[in-house]
Amino acid sequence: MTFIPKPKIAHPSLPKNDLGLTRRDYEGSLSTLCAGCGHDSITAAIIEACWGISMLPENLVKLSGIGCSSKTTAYFVSGGHGFNSVHGRMPSIAMGANAANRGLYYIGISGDGDSLSIGLGQFCHAIRRNVNMLYIIENNGVYGLTKGQFSASADIGTKAKKGEVNQQPPIDPVLLAMNLGAGFVARSFSGDKAQLVPLIQAGLKYPGFALIDVLSPCVTFNDHEGSTKSYAYTREHYEPVVEADFVPFKKEISTEYAPGEALPVMLHDGSRVVLRKLDDDYDPSDELAAHEYVQQHIARGEYLTGLLHCRPTQDSEFHALNRTPETPLNQVPFERLNPGAKQLGKLLARYR
Amino acid sequence: MASTDTSHPDYFHKVVDCQWACPAHTDVPEYIRLIAQGRFTDAYMVNRRSNVFPGILGRVCDRPCEPACRRGRVEEKPVAICRLKRVAADHKDEFRDRLPVVPEKKNGKRIACIGAGCSSLTVANDLMPLGYEVTIFEQFATAGGLMRTNIPSFRLPGSVIDEEISAIVDMGVDLRLGHRIDSMKTLLDEGFDAIFVGSGAPKGKELTLPGRQEGAANIHIGISWLESIAFGHVTSVGRNVLIIGVGNTAMDCCRSSLRLGATSVKVMARKPRQFFKASEWELEDAEAESVEIVINRSPKSFVVEGGRLKGMMFDVMEYGVDARGRITDERVTGEEFYPADDVILAIGQENAFPWIERDIGIEFDKWDVPKVDAATFESTRPGVFFGGDAAFGPKNIIWSVEHGHQAAISIHQHCQGKPVADRMPPGVNLQSRKMGMHEWSYSNDYSAVERRLVPHVSLKERFKKIDIEVELGFTAEQAAQEVQRCLNCDVQTIFDAKLCIECDACIDICPVDCLTMTPDGEEAELRTRLKAPALNVTQALYVSSPLMFTGRVMVKDEDVCVHCGLCAERCPTAAWDMQKSWVKWPHAVDQAT
Repeated sequence: MTFIPKPKIAHPSLPKNDLGLTRRDYEGSLSTLCAGCGHDSITAAIIEACWGISMLPENLVKLSGIGCSSKTTAYFVSGGHGFNSVHGRMPSIAMGANAANRGLYYIGISGDGDSLSIGLGQFCHAIRRNVNMLYIIENNGVYGLTKGQFSASADIGTKAKKGEVNQQPPIDPVLLAMNLGAGFVARSFSGDKAQLVPLIQAGLKYPGFALIDVLSPCVTFNDHEGSTKSYAYTREHYEPVVEADFVPFKKEISTEYAPGEALPVMLHDGSRVVLRKLDDDYDPSDELAAHEYVQQHIARGEYLTGLLHCRPTQDSEFHALNRTPETPLNQVPFERLNPGAKQLGKLLARYR
Repeated sequence: MASTDTSHPDYFHKVVDCQWACPAHTDVPEYIRLIAQGRFTDAYMVNRRSNVFPGILGRVCDRPCEPACRRGRVEEKPVAICRLKRVAADHKDEFRDRLPVVPEKKNGKRIACIGAGCSSLTVANDLMPLGYEVTIFEQFATAGGLMRTNIPSFRLPGSVIDEEISAIVDMGVDLRLGHRIDSMKTLLDEGFDAIFVGSGAPKGKELTLPGRQEGAANIHIGISWLESIAFGHVTSVGRNVLIIGVGNTAMDCCRSSLRLGATSVKVMARKPRQFFKASEWELEDAEAESVEIVINRSPKSFVVEGGRLKGMMFDVMEYGVDARGRITDERVTGEEFYPADDVILAIGQENAFPWIERDIGIEFDKWDVPKVDAATFESTRPGVFFGGDAAFGPKNIIWSVEHGHQAAISIHQHCQGKPVADRMPPGVNLQSRKMGMHEWSYSNDYSAVERRLVPHVSLKERFKKIDIEVELGFTAEQAAQEVQRCLNCDVQTIFDAKLCIECDACIDICPVDCLTMTPDGEEAELRTRLKAPALNVTQALYVSSPLMFTGRVMVKDEDVCVHCGLCAERCPTAAWDMQKSWVKWPHAVDQAT
């Protein structure tokens, strides 16, 4: 947290994207989170990602619930649309907004409390319905806003700041999402922007539900020795297995990849996510194998990171299943949206 | 690349661009902060320690600090450093009680200084408190040297010179006015322990062209002419005046002409504007007074009819300029006549030593200037030192002051029987400015205000008398705004790699993207892959030792850091800290203790 506003000046050689905008143009208001919070790094990664794919700020919809994580939608892309919903109810809002306007990019920011405790049901159904959105869980294993109680993602044996040991098993959002059939499941770390930024870009472009579980250390309540979600522990135990590169439409997939290493996954607009395997044994397209592999690593206390599972899901995508209109509802003429009292009467008559 | 050696005193000194650019290494950000706090006398004393004449320099300094100022790279204009110096000088209270105490009991060493200009006075200022007996010989009836005789009083009032010189002379200096030294040999025989030559560069350059002799009555050498005005010997000039040359002396000549009755003044320049020697602000001030600057006119002859100067003939020039802005060739495309009642030559000045005998061990080089050591200012005769314009030709006041400081160290060493080259090295002290979670003992917020303009006396009023000071100095409101433009570059960003947990907080918050955590590399290559490429190679990269977890390095591009302290505020482990750097630039008093 900082008291003075970030000065509105920029480095003269700050690069510009295709829209002529710099990263500074994708910032939001100043963060009020603790100094060193992982969430702020994720915010910076989102800024970098949106800038990198030349996203029009007004094409982004930012949705969140309650918690430290959910505050952060205010801290990026101030030119986007935002909705800060009830605790754990962000997926419902996302789904409604999505149904009303499928032309925008939806990013939901949630935390381990918001998604794995109070909002677990909503989270599961958003996956099940394959809502076309990027869902980021800023996962720190504690309830930071209420002073550091264990959350549902706290590992067995992890220690609270005052020494209490957690004995309940964690809910792992990555395993859960794979179980529920999510087509894009990734884990990353707030301290690794090189990995996180392309994941966010790919997730935003992915047609369907994309989950990124981002380990995001709570610098105030969960960054001590004995914690399994501290900066130090995460650095020591995290193992990237599949990196993802986002390759925009028009651009050739570069030949720099080693044979067998690159697995392109086509997205609906012609751009691609290229999966780059760092571990030969791992097959990110095989859901069952991926599930098992991730589980084995969890058992060993390791965080497998990268785009752990990815497959095309066009058929089961929310809009396809629900036959939502191509035209955003705000562009449909009022007469079509509102058929009038006479038609309503006819409609109601059918239920009498 | 190798991690940055911040223990070298130059590293943090260089970050303070203004202080590094100042020949006397004035702690500019420190005095600007003191002005902001209304502590004018303290601000004056910070200045005085380094540059001795804050009131004078606050008006007429050549300001090498301003082009160097980091603010000029962050936005368009640098901080008005020089004008703030004047604010400190104009608003100070009594300061003499803060000057070093001059001991009653002298140390028995007698020093002679030739010329009562800024370098000699600095020598006296530095040596009097150490117990030396200093005698200054001055040919004129007033002290001040070229500050008095060459800078017009409408830019630098005599009262300002008097105040700052008397502060030194009143330390007990034996000032012999009207005492011209005509023989070095004779002076050497008087048994001084050391002699300092601070006699300036008093000889204006001549322009030998046809008609020079015939028109002599109306052709004047710039610096001599300014001197005559200063002493009241010249009180008028013709209506049409041509100034030859376009340096700062030319600017003083043209503006003086307007005050002596000239109605049309033209400054004749041989080359286009980008080659002018005059400071941009002096050109602006002259042009504001309707002086016309004519470019590409090379003097050819003085036109004299009936024994009276009628004007000058010029060659009209054309230049070829290459991509780097250098002149590659020149052509004469014609000639042109300009009428004139008086012509003033301001094409440069030289030092001249007809009074130094050539057989007394003071060697002269092939250009007939004495051989002087660039660090000790000693001539080839031990015990004889040169400084100011007398040492290496005409520079400016602030360089002369620094020469005086350095010569004073040498004189002290010489008189104590120690090698003059044995000098105390510079150093840097650092002190944290952290007061609390979000509190710093400096104003870290960035002020977006643009450079304030100093108000001037109206064009109608200023010509009424020759000594009406044109610049009025900042108003209280302007000064209060201008001080906030300073970026506090002396409050350094200090990084401790051992404490960093690589959380990225500093990198994300930095408003000017000057921080990057990245795998190490060679400097040239590293510069290209920073968050914002570090294209300004004159500014250092601050590279840490490898970080604990990933072995990457923290790189800071010093170029446009605004020293807002947000990196340190956001750092959860205090790996970044904001620390004030105190550059210790030794003077004679430091050498002596």
